[in-house]
Amino acid sequence: MVESVIERITRGRFWDFHGGIHPPEQKFLTKNKPIKQLALPKQLIIPLQQHIGREGDLLVSIGDHVLKGQALTLSTNPMVVPIHAPTSGVISAIKMSVIAHPSGLSQLCVFLDVDGEDTWRKREVCPDLAQLSNHEIIEKIADAGIAGMGGAGFPTHIKANSKADIKFLIINGAECEPYITSDDLLMMEQSNAIVDGIKILDRLLTPTVILIGIEDNKPKAIQALQQATKTIDKIKVCVVPTKYPTGGEKQLVQILTGQEVKSGRLPIHDGIVMQNIATCFAINEAVRHDTPLIRRVVTVTGQALKKPQNVWALLGTPVNFLLEQCDVENINNEKQPVIMGGPMMGFSVSSELVPIVKTSNCILVPSKTEMPSAFEKESKEVECIRCGQCSDVCPSQLLPQELQWSAKAKDYSQLEKLNLRDCIDCGACAYVCPSQIPLVHYYRIAKAEIRQQQQLDLKAEKAKIRFEARKLRLEKEKIARQEKHKKAAAARKAAMNKATPEAEGAKSAVAAALARVKAKKASKEQTSTADSPSNSSADNVDDQKSQVAAAIARAKAKKKLKEVSSDKPITNSETVNSVAEVEATSTQQTSPEDKKAKIAAAVARAKAKKLSKSTETTDKASANEEITEEISVQKTVNSDDKKAKIAAAIAKAKAKKLKNTASISDGEKQSDDAPIQNTVNADDKKAKVAAAIAKAKSKALSKANAKTAAEEKVEASENDNNGDVLPDGATDKKAKIAAAIAKAKAKKKLKETNAVEENNQDGV
Amino acid sequence: MTDYLLLLVGTVLVNNFVLVQFLGLCPFMGVSSRTETAIGMSFATVFVMTLASLLSYLVTTYLLVPLNLEYLTTMSFILVIAVVVQFTEMVVHKTSASLYRLLGIFLPLITTNCAVLGVALLNLRLQHGFFESIIYGFGAALGFSLVLIMFSAMREKLANADVPGPFKGTAIAMITAGLMSLAFLGFTGLVKI
Amino acid sequence: MNILLAILVLGSIAAIFGALLGFASVRFKVDADPIVDQLDALLPQTQCGQCGYPGCKPYAQAVSEGEAINKCAPGGEDTIKKIADLMGVEVQPLDDSHATGDTPKSNRPKVAFVIEEDCIGCTKCIQACPVDAIIGAAKQMHTIIIDECTGCDLCVAPCPVDCIEMRELPDTIHNWQWDLTSIPVKQLD
Repeated sequence: MVESVIERITRGRFWDFHGGIHPPEQKFLTKNKPIKQLALPKQLIIPLQQHIGREGDLLVSIGDHVLKGQALTLSTNPMVVPIHAPTSGVISAIKMSVIAHPSGLSQLCVFLDVDGEDTWRKREVCPDLAQLSNHEIIEKIADAGIAGMGGAGFPTHIKANSKADIKFLIINGAECEPYITSDDLLMMEQSNAIVDGIKILDRLLTPTVILIGIEDNKPKAIQALQQATKTIDKIKVCVVPTKYPTGGEKQLVQILTGQEVKSGRLPIHDGIVMQNIATCFAINEAVRHDTPLIRRVVTVTGQALKKPQNVWALLGTPVNFLLEQCDVENINNEKQPVIMGGPMMGFSVSSELVPIVKTSNCILVPSKTEMPSAFEKESKEVECIRCGQCSDVCPSQLLPQELQWSAKAKDYSQLEKLNLRDCIDCGACAYVCPSQIPLVHYYRIAKAEIRQQQQLDLKAEKAKIRFEARKLRLEKEKIARQEKHKKAAAARKAAMNKATPEAEGAKSAVAAALARVKAKKASKEQTSTADSPSNSSADNVDDQKSQVAAAIARAKAKKKLKEVSSDKPITNSETVNSVAEVEATSTQQTSPEDKKAKIAAAVARAKAKKLSKSTETTDKASANEEITEEISVQKTVNSDDKKAKIAAAIAKAKAKKLKNTASISDGEKQSDDAPIQNTVNADDKKAKVAAAIAKAKSKALSKANAKTAAEEKVEASENDNNGDVLPDGATDKKAKIAAAIAKAKAKKKLKETNAVEENNQDGV
Repeated sequence: MTDYLLLLVGTVLVNNFVLVQFLGLCPFMGVSSRTETAIGMSFATVFVMTLASLLSYLVTTYLLVPLNLEYLTTMSFILVIAVVVQFTEMVVHKTSASLYRLLGIFLPLITTNCAVLGVALLNLRLQHGFFESIIYGFGAALGFSLVLIMFSAMREKLANADVPGPFKGTAIAMITAGLMSLAFLGFTGLVKI
Repeated sequence: MNILLAILVLGSIAAIFGALLGFASVRFKVDADPIVDQLDALLPQTQCGQCGYPGCKPYAQAVSEGEAINKCAPGGEDTIKKIADLMGVEVQPLDDSHATGDTPKSNRPKVAFVIEEDCIGCTKCIQACPVDAIIGAAKQMHTIIIDECTGCDLCVAPCPVDCIEMRELPDTIHNWQWDLTSIPVKQLD
C-alpha cells in the first residue's frame, strides 16, 4: 500500500477530499516580504498554559531576574509543556490576564519587564546528534516546551514518542487559510533547518516515507524545500492543489495517502503522524541549538495595516505592539476588529494586550471594505433556504444543514447521531451559506454544551458512585456498631456465667450461705436431740476463756456439722470422734509436759490441718471464719507487751491446740473440752488478760455479726453454736475483709508463733 | 399467489387504511411525534391486526355461521380484539418497558382503533377466505405502519424546522398528513382487484 | 333456545380468552421495572434530597411509581423535560416547595465553600454531605473538595456558625460556553 502511494505521489497525482472551498487568495499582502526581526517590546505577557493540557508548576516568583531561555514552569506530567522566558528581564507580576482565547477570559500569566540586554542562559549546542539517544532527544523536545504550532497545540514530544509502527510522517506545509504566510516564509528562509528538524523526527519515528504537503500557491517554498531535500530519497515534497481546508489533518492525510481517517479515530491509529512545518523548525532549534520555543513567525496582515508582514515575534508579545510595528492605520478606532488566526477559523481578540502564544500564527486586521461582516454588531442571518451548498463543501462529509436544525433545537442526541464531533470547525459551510447563517458558531456552541453535558454526566456518575460508597460505608458502620453492641451484651452475659474470680466468690458465698442454712438446720436438729444439755452447760460455764474456746469449738463444730449434713452423718462423726478422743488425751498430756505436749500438738495440728483441708474444700467461708477467730487471738498477741506476748504466745499455742482439739470435737464432745479449758485456765494471769482481750474481740465480732439480722440474732441467742456462724454468713463482706486481714495476720502469726515457740522453749 | 400479492400491494398502497380510507387516524396523529415510538406502535399494530383478522375469521366461520349467530359478529369481534390487544400489551411490557411507557395510552387504545375492527368487518364484508383474511389484515397493518413511520420522520424534522408561527404544532402536522394523503392518491389504479 | 345459545357461545369465547389472558399474565409477568435505572440516569445525582426522597435513586423509583416528575430542583427544567419524554407525560413547571436552598436562577454550577476562619471543626457538615466531599476532623478546620461537590446545599443548614456558603464556579476556558454574539460572522467577497 505504501509503495502504491509513493508511486502515485512520484507521478504527481493525489487523491482528493470531499468538498472544500476556494476563498479569495490574500497571501500576496505578506508573502513577498522577508520575516522581520522586531525590536524588543517593553513588557511580555506569558500565559502559563499555551497548549492543550495543563499548566506547569511555576518556578519563578515576582522580582526574579530571568535570563533568555530560562524555564518559567516545570513539567510534572507528560501533558504539561514548560514555558520559557523569551528574553532576559525581571518578573514584575504573576497575575490573571486576558489570553488568546475566543472567550476573552483571563488566565494566570507571567509579566516580564524586558531589560533590553537579551542575555541568554547557558546553552549547550549539540554538534553531533549521533551522540544523543532517542530518549534524550525527546527529553530535549519536551524541555523546550514545543507544542504543535499549527493551531491545536498538542505536546510534540508525545507525538514524537509514539511506539506504533509509523508508515507515513507527513509534514504539513499546506497553510490553506487565505491570509496566512508564516509557514510559507519559514520554508523559504529556513528550509535547511526545517529539513534538519524533519531528520530528527525521522530518527525518532522511523517512518517508511516522509511526505511534505505544500499547496501549489507557494512556488518559492516548494523550490526551497525541494532543494534542501534533493539528496534524501525518503522525503517527498508533495505539491497539492490549493483548496481550503487542505491543511486539516484528516484532509491532508486523505489527499496524500488516499486513506480516510474514520470517525472517532486518529491518524496515529493508521500509522500516520503529522507535524507542522514550524514545529519541525522548533524541534531543530531545540535539539541542535538548545533553544527553547520562545519565538515564532506571525503573519501580521490585513488591509488596515500599512506594512503587513511576517515577523519573528517573541511569545508573550502583546498584539498592540505587533500592530504598532506594522503601522496600523486607525488604531484609535475602537471598532477596528483584530482577529487572531486566519479569517476562516480565527477569533476576535477582546483586548489589545492579548499576547502571542505558541499557537498564534496570524494577526488579521481587516479594513471595512475587506471584511464588512467583522464590523457589524448584528448577524445578517436569514432563514435557511435548504440549498444544500453547505453539504457540498463540508470536508468531513457531514450534513451542516441538519446539524444546524438540531443545534438550534439543542437536540444533542441527534447531533451525536449526525457526527458533530467530526466537524473540524473549518467554516466552509458558513462561507458558502447564501443565508449568511454562522453555522460554525452554532456547532461550536453545541460542541461546548455537549462537552459540558458530558462533564456533568461524568460528575453525576462520580457523585453517584461516591454516594453509593458512602451509603455502603454507613451501612457497614451501622452493622459494625450493632455487632459491637451485641458483643458487649454477650460479653456481659458471659461474664455473668463465666467463672471469673469474683463471680466464683459471689457464687461460693451463695453456696456458703446455703450451706450455713443447712448447717443451721442440722445443728438445730442436733440441739433439739442431744446437744441441748451440753450447750447449755457450755453457756453456763460462762468463763472468758471457755468462751473463746467455745467460739473456736463452735466454728469447728459448725464445719463438722456441715460435713455431717453433707455426708453420712453417723460414720463421719464416729471417725472424727475417734480422732478427737486420741487428741483429747494428747492435749490433756500437753498441759503438764511441754515437750510432749508440743509433739502432740504438732501431731494434732497436722491432723487438724488435714481435717481443715477437707473442710476447706467444702466451704471456704468457714475456713475464713476460722482464720478470723485466729486473728482475734493473734490480735491479742500483737497488742500486748513482751511478757504478755510470751504469755499470749503460750496462750495462743494453747489456744491453737485447744482449737485443734476443739475442731475435732463434736458438739457432744464439748464436755471433753472443759478440762482443756481448765488447763488453759490454769495458765498465768497474763495469758488470762490476753485471752480476755481475745474474747472481747471475738465478742465484738460476734456482736457486729449478730446485729445484721434480727432473726439470726434470736437464733444466735438460742444456740450459741450457730450464733457466730449465721451473722457471719449474712455479713459476708465484713467477713471477707476480716478474712483478708486475717490471712495477712495468720502469715505474720505463723512467723511469730515460730519465734514464740522458740522463746517458749527457751523459757522452758 | 398473484392474487395474494396484488391484495397485499393493494391494501398497503392503493387502499391505504389511514390516508385513503381514513381509518386509525388517532394513533396516526398521536404516536407519530417520534420515530422510535412510531416503529414500536407499528410492530404492535401489525401483530394485533394480523392476529385479530385471523381470529375473527375463525370465530365467524366456525362458530357464528354454523350456529346462525351472525348478529353476534360485532360483539365477538370486539371481544377478540380486546383480548389480542391485552395480550400484546403484556408482551410489550415484558419485552420493552420503555416502549411500553412511550406508547402509553395508545397501546390499549388499539382496542378501539377503527382500523382493527375495520379490518375484521371488511374481511367479512368482502367475503375473504382464511389466507385472504390474514393477508388483508397484515397488509392493512403494513400500510398503517408505513404511513405512520414516514409521518413521524417528517414530524421530527418539523420539530426543528422554522415553521411559521400560526402553523406550529398540530396544524403543520395535519397539513403534512393532508399532503401525504394527496401523494397516496397517486397510487390509485395501480392495482385493480 | 336461541338466546341461550348466544349466551353460551359468547360465554365460552369469553372463558377461553379469559383463560388465555390468565396464562399470559403469568407467563409475561414483569418483575423488575427497568425504567427506574433510566430515570436514575437522568437525575443529576446530587443526592440533595430536596425532592423529599433520601437520594436520586429513591426518587427515580418513586417517579416510576407515579410520583410527580417536577421535584428535582438541582436538575431544573432540563431534567423535568427529559423525564417527561421518558415517561410520556406532560412537562410540568418545577415544584420548588421542596427546595431547601434557592433554586439556581442561572445555570451556573455552584459549590459549597467553607469560610475557614469561622469553622469550628464540628464535623456536622461532614455528616451531612451525601458524597463525602468535605474533609476535616473534629476540632480541625474543614474544607470542601470542589471537584467532588455536587452543590446540593445540604451542608449549609447544619453548620452552627454559618461558615459554609454556596459560591458560583468561576468561568474558565474549560467550562466556557461560546457566545453566539461575541464572534462576528466573517465573509469574504
